[in-house]
Amino acid sequence: MDLYEYQARDLFEAHGVPVLAGIVAQTPDEAKAAAEKIGGVTVVKAQVKVGGRGKAGGVKVAKTADEAYEHAKAILGMDIKGHTVHQVMIAQGADIAEEYYFSVLLDRANRTYLAMCSVEGGMEIEQLAEERPEALAKVPVSPLTGIDAETAQKIVTEAGFPEELRADVAEVIQKLWEVFEKEDATLVEVNPLVKTGDGTILALDGKVSLDDNAAFRHEGHAALVDERTEDPLEAKAKANGLNYVKLDGQVGVIGNGAGLVMSTLDVVAYAGEQHGGVKPANFLDIGGGANAEVMANGLDVILGDEQVKSVFVNVFGGITACDQVANGIVKALEILGDTATKPLVVRLDGNAVEEGRRILQEANHPLVTLAATMDEGADKAAELAHSAN
Amino acid sequence: MSIYLNKDSKVIVQGITGGEGTKHTRLMLKAGTNIVGGVNARKAGTTVSHEDKDGNAVELPVFGTVKEAMEKTGADVSVAFVPPAFAKDAAIEAIEAEIPLLVVITEGIPVQDTAEFFALSQSKTGEDGKPKTRIIGPNCPGVITPGEALAGITPATITGSGPIGLVSKSGTLTYQMMYELRDFGFSTAIGIGGDPIIGTTHIDALEAFEADPDTQAIVMIGEIGGDAEERAAEFIKANVTKPVVGYVAGFTAPEGKTMGHAGAIVSGSAGTAQAKKEALEAAGVKVGKTPSETAQLMREILQAQA
Repeated sequence: MDLYEYQARDLFEAHGVPVLAGIVAQTPDEAKAAAEKIGGVTVVKAQVKVGGRGKAGGVKVAKTADEAYEHAKAILGMDIKGHTVHQVMIAQGADIAEEYYFSVLLDRANRTYLAMCSVEGGMEIEQLAEERPEALAKVPVSPLTGIDAETAQKIVTEAGFPEELRADVAEVIQKLWEVFEKEDATLVEVNPLVKTGDGTILALDGKVSLDDNAAFRHEGHAALVDERTEDPLEAKAKANGLNYVKLDGQVGVIGNGAGLVMSTLDVVAYAGEQHGGVKPANFLDIGGGANAEVMANGLDVILGDEQVKSVFVNVFGGITACDQVANGIVKALEILGDTATKPLVVRLDGNAVEEGRRILQEANHPLVTLAATMDEGADKAAELAHSAN
Repeated sequence: MSIYLNKDSKVIVQGITGGEGTKHTRLMLKAGTNIVGGVNARKAGTTVSHEDKDGNAVELPVFGTVKEAMEKTGADVSVAFVPPAFAKDAAIEAIEAEIPLLVVITEGIPVQDTAEFFALSQSKTGEDGKPKTRIIGPNCPGVITPGEALAGITPATITGSGPIGLVSKSGTLTYQMMYELRDFGFSTAIGIGGDPIIGTTHIDALEAFEADPDTQAIVMIGEIGGDAEERAAEFIKANVTKPVVGYVAGFTAPEGKTMGHAGAIVSGSAGTAQAKKEALEAAGVKVGKTPSETAQLMREILQAQA
């Protein structure tokens, strides 16, 4: 889960990372009140989970609370790279002397953590890495030690900080490491990390990604989820414990196993090229969920998408038994009754396939077509979706 | 022959008394695996009743720790069926006991936990400079050498022994590919898992298959996220002489959305299916557009070899 800047700021503050005041606002009035509370010069910053806010006009300095009102009015509702701005953060203005860069993240390729740091912050890090790679220090961080004092020293030295700044910056870096470790983050990025006129080191921005797999051990993380930006179907699916991602297409897809479902999406897309260009409508992995309730919930979510004209259920039974899946489909259609209005193409293979196919043949449901193979099923479902258009 | 696992492997099951552990111990035994016991700290000294592959009753001992299990049985493989919250501790226990092979089936382990136990395994090296414990997974179906042994949940009934080595990130997609090529069979099929950090990579398996006398050709399945397939492509170009056929899932996946596997996410231009396909093809790997097309490419190679 990616956090908004204001959420990252709050997390930083909770772990002792030096930050300035920042209050989130959803209306121009709230923005004005926040600016009054903070006092002095403030910065109105669009809260979106994408970069390039400044360039898009989503970050504006406000010398007075009235100016904060005006900026908030202009920024709220703005579209920044496909993201609508629903909130702004009113941030205390800073007297910036120097800008630096720091991040610690999961390094997938090397299966460890990586810290990146530069005395040249403030610009896009990809740009810096490309134009002046020697200005960006990259220090591997062992999961067994984390960023301890020694590693922090190494980071600030390699980044080229002058001697007199190293201790202070290292201290902040260790606090940022604490956020990464204690919150189960996969990314903590500060751009810019600044030195103010009076020499204080502060995090003036924050980008944090949290590991969804760790949610079970962080009660507070659930509150950070922004329901609003979630697609309503995805939210409904999540509430039912379904692994569902909405796409833009006409053929609903259900399968067991993430790899198989991703593959099914691709095979449906190829088949769709022969049938008017219909596309897969969603990703839905029901895992070993052969039972009627899971199947019914899955079908219900998929059919809630008005674009869907047909559904392809593609199951390879490993541990999952095809007869259970077949019973699940039959019962699901019973449960859904009249709300199940679109044709279903079902392909079963693997464990108990003969029994599964028999169950569906005997049920003889008017909406259900059995396919012998994955390719045939994708083609049939695409054909049905196209002819319904 | 096979890689990593064969009929002589002595396997223990961490979590043998739990629901998943019980179910899969039964199935692993049926597949011919030499399971010598299991581990559950609270049930040490007890036994669990199962049947061997011929249907004879066997009582498997439950030990309190991996170390004890290894001492008493000579076990060299552990397969762990432990819930996410406890997986790290179970893995660390096995690594500290220096078991040569640890297969972690569990899905949903926090990535920092995996990073930690993987780092631990990397820090404990033998005289050859290699880690004493090879980890397979997490979030994987495990490894099967058809006809000999299964350490994981891959169905043993899909196909038998044969000349193809299979390495895949996925579970059911692996089964689909095994099914497509059931007329040929496999030396070993290994699911390396779909998490962002995994203990055994495509490259590790490719290297092992290249060295295995009974593997004549290799099928490699990848998916969006990370750059494992691109690195594998470079490795293949430099080190693999046996024919390799590839398949990549996720061409239809949109940017920024995790597609099921924790590691399956496209970030910017990194980790796209297209990029992986191109990298593999540049290394001389034929890449199928669909599982059936991929199987057909492998079929043609084997038929030409015959």
